[in-house]
Amino acid sequence: MDDLDLLETESIYILREAYRAIDRIAMLWSLGKDSNVMIWLAKKAFLGRIPFPVVHLDTGAEFPETYAFRERYAREWGLDLIADDCPPIEEVDADLPPASRFAARKTHGVKQAIERYRFDGIIAGIRRDEQATRAKERVFSPRAEGGEWNFREQPPEFWDQYNVEFPPGTHVRIHPLLHWTEVDIWRYIKRERIPVVPLYFAKDGKRFRSLGEEGITFPIDSDAATIDEIIEELTDIREPERAGRAMDHESEDAFERLRAGGYM
Amino acid sequence: MTKTAASRPEAGQAPFPIVIVGHVDHGKSTLVGRMLHDTDSLPDGKIEELRAISERRNMPFEWSFVLDSLQVERDQGITLDTTRIWFKTPKRPYVIIDAPGHKQFLKNMVTGAASASAAVLVVDAAQGVSEQTRRHAYILGLIGVRNIVATLNKMDLVDYDAARFEDVRRELADYLSGIGVTLDAAIPVSAREGDNIVVPSDRMPWYDGPTLVRALDEFEARPMPLDAPLRLPIQDIYRTDDQRFVVGRIASGRVRAKDDLVVYPTGQRVRIDEFKAWNSDNPSVGAAAGQSIAFTLDEDVFIERGQVIARADSPPQTGHRVAARVFWLGEEPLRLGDRLALRVATARYVVTVAEIRHVVDVEALDRRQADSVALNDIAEVVLRSRAKIAFDSFEDDPRLGRAVLVRDHRIVGGCVLTGAAAAAGAAERDLTEVVHSVSGSERAEANGHRGGVVWLTGLSGAGKSTLAMAAQRRLFDRGDQVYVLDGDNVRLGLNKDLGFSAEARAENIRRVAEVARLFADAGMIVLTAFISPYRADREAARAIVGANFLEVHLDADLAVCESRDPKGLYRKARAGEIADFTGISAPYEAPDSPELTVDTGAGGLDQSADLLVEAIDRAFAAGARQRRKAG
Repeated sequence: MDDLDLLETESIYILREAYRAIDRIAMLWSLGKDSNVMIWLAKKAFLGRIPFPVVHLDTGAEFPETYAFRERYAREWGLDLIADDCPPIEEVDADLPPASRFAARKTHGVKQAIERYRFDGIIAGIRRDEQATRAKERVFSPRAEGGEWNFREQPPEFWDQYNVEFPPGTHVRIHPLLHWTEVDIWRYIKRERIPVVPLYFAKDGKRFRSLGEEGITFPIDSDAATIDEIIEELTDIREPERAGRAMDHESEDAFERLRAGGYM
Repeated sequence: MTKTAASRPEAGQAPFPIVIVGHVDHGKSTLVGRMLHDTDSLPDGKIEELRAISERRNMPFEWSFVLDSLQVERDQGITLDTTRIWFKTPKRPYVIIDAPGHKQFLKNMVTGAASASAAVLVVDAAQGVSEQTRRHAYILGLIGVRNIVATLNKMDLVDYDAARFEDVRRELADYLSGIGVTLDAAIPVSAREGDNIVVPSDRMPWYDGPTLVRALDEFEARPMPLDAPLRLPIQDIYRTDDQRFVVGRIASGRVRAKDDLVVYPTGQRVRIDEFKAWNSDNPSVGAAAGQSIAFTLDEDVFIERGQVIARADSPPQTGHRVAARVFWLGEEPLRLGDRLALRVATARYVVTVAEIRHVVDVEALDRRQADSVALNDIAEVVLRSRAKIAFDSFEDDPRLGRAVLVRDHRIVGGCVLTGAAAAAGAAERDLTEVVHSVSGSERAEANGHRGGVVWLTGLSGAGKSTLAMAAQRRLFDRGDQVYVLDGDNVRLGLNKDLGFSAEARAENIRRVAEVARLFADAGMIVLTAFISPYRADREAARAIVGANFLEVHLDADLAVCESRDPKGLYRKARAGEIADFTGISAPYEAPDSPELTVDTGAGGLDQSADLLVEAIDRAFAAGARQRRKAG
């Protein structure tokens, strides 16, 4: 087994634990590269048919290519897709900086989905290496009511024994990709031939490294037009992956505040 | 953290996980920050950014800020939780799990160290070995981290003195050898100044050993246990239209379709029919340790999560009692008799703490007797499960040799299983597998005690019900199966047709004895609380119940009982309102030779309950408990 095999087998184990432990569970599908990998892993874990809904938090502001991707693969992959509109920006804390405020619509979207469909657990494709705050996460991350993340009081998690037992009313986030890195994701996409939104590949000297909504996500300068070129580019690059995500940089702790409030 | 990703582009080379442990102020985070910098593993501008933030906040720059990415961490001055950072040496990529040192965060240290292949133990050369250094070292040894390198840090503060280094090194090595841990290297470093991290220091010419990074490169990654005996814990069963798939991840060994296999602890024989995978053109014929697999069985046998598939010639151990070395992470202490869940691989057992053999004093390496295990303590305990546990002894790091303890929905501790504990003496003798029934010895083994009847007799007001209830509480709290039969629950239902004549009393006692015998057969300890004044009736009860009958005389003076008169019955009897009242208008025949006499007039309830529980232990309890009492 190589390192990708190890990551894959661990993620499959986590997905099966989550499905076993949580009655009403759903997976977030941002349509980005990581969540496509997660869908792929879930198809492997559950032998081709994902036995729970897949939720796209739709802000109405995705790129056209992203919507096209959603329509095509929701069908091809046989997904039970929920794609409700996120609550409007007027409902979001006006104290947040503009891009963060926009991103927080998704936080509200998650809460809305949880209330509307009574989900006890949400599977999300965050990775430890994306952002320092996410490095604190656990694979099974119980949340207080309202989705707040108490990063001081994290339960221990070791020997592949996750916190799969909860008092009634607890909401859980499950992170099957927590230990993957950006390069792992691309190597796995290449190995498994997983489709991704074409915006990741360079056109006219620009490509998206991290994919969010139009207006708050910006492409990087790049000529990497294939997966191999992306992997090669990542070998030399020294900019953080989320550098193109405006809300991460508006203030020193904006991202942390988003996370503590329930942002993925 | 992009450069981290960029640090490991090699396909097929898994990063080598290391953990940094040690006392809170001995410089772990500084070491990690320095190591990232010196191996050129930080994103461009990271150090400049942190220097700028430090300047804005009017604090001197510290290397530990590299890790302290959270605002709260910088405010508190400690690293809060396990963070994972990648770096790379010419030999291979590494992932650093930075475990914090503050005592209350031992759970985080364990969370990190449990997934590490090697550990860096950081010791302040000026301060020397601390209690926390020892505790962390002890935990590393306990959970099976075998590759350990010590860095004696802050050598700049002791003028790079060779003698000081040697003193601390010897103290540490002596301690580690006392717990069976070998120190692979001890390196004098200054994380702040960068001595002996990546580059050999020219300020310590007397040291000719490896730098930290070179010492780490010497370690070998733990191989997948491909050649160990097969252990396949069943994770779940999936049903599709007409097929049933068993899924799980192979903990060790290899398996092929059509192999003859056995499910433990049931002993059911099974064969894998075929492996199933999505999006795979070539169905595999075999699988090995580490793989998450799905398969069908060639027969439709009963199988469920938690059971373990293995081979008949190399089975796991099975038993109701298992000895465990526990590291306790719960705020509430673990107490003798506590009931909690033990999770071994995918199995979940409800266990009772049957014995606390000792708590380890990690400072002096002494063992002390205790009835409870406090937060961050390490202890040897015996856990008893009603269901049979399938496990391996924790040598050579088997996956079935380690477990977590869960209480109130939280993981509150971990343990390594050290072997089957001596089982109940009486129950042990007659250990035959009964396929379609349950034998008395099986019940005894599962319960940790035999079934039996404790027959309390005495005057009204002697305290039979009170004592029975007190004893029931104690026995229940330690996990025993126990029930009280008394006038309240028998006279109102089963015996509501009976009055208080000598004849009716005899029938009352007969029925109670028969019911008590059934309870005892079911494995329970039954306490009966009836006046049962006639010797002949009690002898009849003894004859019905058989061997496991314990007659207990609650010997209190009539005067004492009458003065207590909790229900006002004596007053009514004296007034002639109640006929045939024992002690007043009907005789009480005291037992000639009861198994126990308790003078409830003399001692308090606690003392009486002590006496009664001890007698019950002597009469019905499992071998281990008997031995403990005898010793």
